Amino acid sequence: MGQPGKNIMIQINKKPWWGVVLVAVALAVLPFITGAAFGPAWVRVLDFALLYVLLSLGLNIVVGYAGLLDLGYVAFYAVGAYLYALASSPHLIQNFPAIAALFPAGLHGPIWLLLPAGALLAGVFGVLLGAPTLRLRGDYLAIVTLGFGEIVRIFMNNLYRPVNITNGAQGITQIDGIHIGSLALDRTQNILGLAVPSLHLYYYLFLALVLLIIVVSVRLEDSRIGRAWVAIREDEVAAKACGINTRNVKLLAFAMGASFGGVAGGLFAGFQQFVSPESFQLIDSIMILAMVVLGGMGHIPGVILGSLLLTGLPELFRYSATPVQQMLFGKVLIDPETLRMLLFGLTLVVVMLYRPAGLWPEKRRSRELEQKRGEAA
Amino acid sequence: MSALLEARNIGKRFGGVQALKDVSLTIASGEIYGLIGPNGAGKTTFFNVLTGLYPRDAGEVLFQGTPLKLGNPSAVAAAGVARTFQNIRLFANMTALENVMVGRYVRTRSGVIGAVLRTRRTREEETAIQRRAEELLHYVGIPHRANDLARNLSYGDQRRLEIARALATEPKLLALDEPAAGMNATETAELRKLIVGLRDDGLTVLLIEHDVKLVMGLCDRVAVLDYGEKIVEDVPEVVQRHPQVIEAYLGTGHG
Amino acid sequence: METLLQQIINGIVLGAVYALVALGYTMVYGILGLINFAHGEVVMVGAMVTLAVIKLLAGTGLPLVVQLLIGLAVSIPACMALGAGIERVAYRPLRNAPRLAPLITAIGVSIILQYLVVLVWGRTYHPYPELLPTTPFDLAGARISPAQVAIIFFSALVMAGLLWLVHHTRLGRAMRATAENPVVARLMGVNVNHVVTMTFAIGSALGAVAGVLVSINYSVAHYQMGFILGLKAFTAAVLGGIGNLGGAMVGGLLLGLIEALGSGYVGDLTGGLFGSNYRDVFAFLVLIVVLIFRPSGLLGERVAERA
Repeated sequence: MGQPGKNIMIQINKKPWWGVVLVAVALAVLPFITGAAFGPAWVRVLDFALLYVLLSLGLNIVVGYAGLLDLGYVAFYAVGAYLYALASSPHLIQNFPAIAALFPAGLHGPIWLLLPAGALLAGVFGVLLGAPTLRLRGDYLAIVTLGFGEIVRIFMNNLYRPVNITNGAQGITQIDGIHIGSLALDRTQNILGLAVPSLHLYYYLFLALVLLIIVVSVRLEDSRIGRAWVAIREDEVAAKACGINTRNVKLLAFAMGASFGGVAGGLFAGFQQFVSPESFQLIDSIMILAMVVLGGMGHIPGVILGSLLLTGLPELFRYSATPVQQMLFGKVLIDPETLRMLLFGLTLVVVMLYRPAGLWPEKRRSRELEQKRGEAA
Repeated sequence: MSALLEARNIGKRFGGVQALKDVSLTIASGEIYGLIGPNGAGKTTFFNVLTGLYPRDAGEVLFQGTPLKLGNPSAVAAAGVARTFQNIRLFANMTALENVMVGRYVRTRSGVIGAVLRTRRTREEETAIQRRAEELLHYVGIPHRANDLARNLSYGDQRRLEIARALATEPKLLALDEPAAGMNATETAELRKLIVGLRDDGLTVLLIEHDVKLVMGLCDRVAVLDYGEKIVEDVPEVVQRHPQVIEAYLGTGHG
Repeated sequence: METLLQQIINGIVLGAVYALVALGYTMVYGILGLINFAHGEVVMVGAMVTLAVIKLLAGTGLPLVVQLLIGLAVSIPACMALGAGIERVAYRPLRNAPRLAPLITAIGVSIILQYLVVLVWGRTYHPYPELLPTTPFDLAGARISPAQVAIIFFSALVMAGLLWLVHHTRLGRAMRATAENPVVARLMGVNVNHVVTMTFAIGSALGAVAGVLVSINYSVAHYQMGFILGLKAFTAAVLGGIGNLGGAMVGGLLLGLIEALGSGYVGDLTGGLFGSNYRDVFAFLVLIVVLIFRPSGLLGERVAERA
């Protein structure tokens, strides 16, 4: 008797060791190859792609496992980002003499403190949002989470008076880059005689966190809690009858998903060294959801694929729109930005029409779909 | 006779309809207790109140002497009452084994931290959960379907799986809502054997059934509901001869 | 500070438009259980097409009201075709797909529609001609313009028409039957696909009217106007109880009033601390509070968990 879906980690361990080494080497040299072949702008895209992998893996816990439609996920990203921003920029010092007196050397929160704190705070926000709303049915929950996301954004936009906490729409600037010990990631470092640019350093940090979050996701999926999430997704009444306290278990999904978002937010703030409400709009929540659904809800490899595609494709369209038009028509007929968005919208529609369960769905989900098709025919 | 469960004066109304009125009954430890009645008599409503799915309007249920938290199904399951559903409710896209493993949730402890760190305790618990689930699939007679999705099982096997999942919660009382509905004669006979086996293994069973013959042959005691009220509660021989019961089933009242 | 009556009038005008758009969401949801995220874009297209027609008619010297009516005569059928087309292309193939698949195609369609509009009309804010007189007259201390009166009147007229259609025509009966139970409706001889197409078409017609009215009210049209309007209207539909026509109207009006009164008064109450910047916060907070106490919305039926 085989064990499909059980112990993915063990399956990975069973793979030949050289396969693992090969993948590791490929991931390690990827930014150098990308930088050399396409320029630093694409290494930056790579960095953002990894951030989006973090975000979509977090949302996947809420939407993919527990089946709760969350349209305000970006709020948790914002919470993590603003926490990092406030704790490692001169903003609070300039506005609050008391804080300036407390930290004469300025606020420079260390990363090992700020990321867990961001995860925790975002998790608390997740519980705050979830506690009163989780008994709502699917689409009602969606609109409430959407409202919550908007509320958080509006507060970021307006909490600059009477006391200036967020600096409003201008956002917070002069945020410290991420330092790991004495290694500053915001400038080129000489490592073993090799000049490693800042974008590459961030790549490795983000990659490490992505790997960590993948392990956490896999382990959660294959646990008592993970099974309870899926049971709730499948049939909430039956889950209750099995003794699952659905309210608490859903809250846990919200908190876990939110905490991933909080970590990603902290990384984002340190990477950009600038945050503003602009980065945390409804469309960003929708994009992350699209990554999860387009890739394959509840299926970690699918979700990763979805985030990489939806971060990479628009950039690809952006860079190719002008030259391709030049080549085809001899001039630029359509504004590249417009063309890029048109193609992007088209991608969403076409992929969903041809792969309704996502590009790389969980096996059981694709089976379910085939069956439904069979019944419908 | 030691009472395992004592329902006292349960009342429930939906809008203007009094679905249950002052229903009291006592289920003794180790018996198979049947609850019958014509369509719409309130059997399933009673069942749903008892298992916490519907909040009740009046009355209380004592289980092993302490009141059940009615209106809270997970607390009822934790107290030791497990149930199946009239129109089977499985986790359709989980395997049969996973379905039963979910049933172990309420008797296990591991949380997020244990799962993420894969602590030894968590791994041991996980192994125990899986072993117990496999045993239960074996017990209900579908070990060979362990890795099939629940939705792909045959109707009879789905009924069995639902029972295995309920057993995984280690109930003292197993409540079955029309388990024979839609079964053919062979499947019903097998189900009957399974239920008797459960009782012989020390479990108390509450059975709601439409199939009067099955109930009369199987149950130690039977209660009859009609129009939301209990008419009689006694051994099958007495219940069968009760004039109100005969009228409820054959009388003009229900056409 | 403006008078209470003024705020209420502003709120009703805004709410009437929300209600019209919310009806489009709620009709589709009632029948398919689907959030038609692209509906806001249909509303925007309605405003844009009408504007284009009016610009074409600019030299003809026809009275503005006539130009407006001609504009609507073009944009309403265009939007009906657009709405029905979206259903045919993006939703119908996905009826049996996982629940979120049509949500993603809807988002894709929204993006496509927005940028098709950019392609044709650009990204600029288009000033909307003064189709109806906006010189306000005095009403018990409040100022109300003929345009505002017209918006309320038009909206009420269209909603009354919709209610008549749903309750007194063959199509309406088929729609109600399909909303109740599509399988049974099909068995009873209802052509469900036809009903769905008509639902999208009718909802889009209401949307087109709403798009024009809102553009008249704010004197501007823009390719992104549908997004936030759609969002508000959907909120209104949920507030009232999605799937319920009366709920959409009540929810729309309520949301309009909350926004008008919220931005007008809460600022004064809190000494300017929470001014009109927080308008949307009030709207969403009311939504959340209502849903906590009435999880199916104000007029939605209570759905008990069925065993």
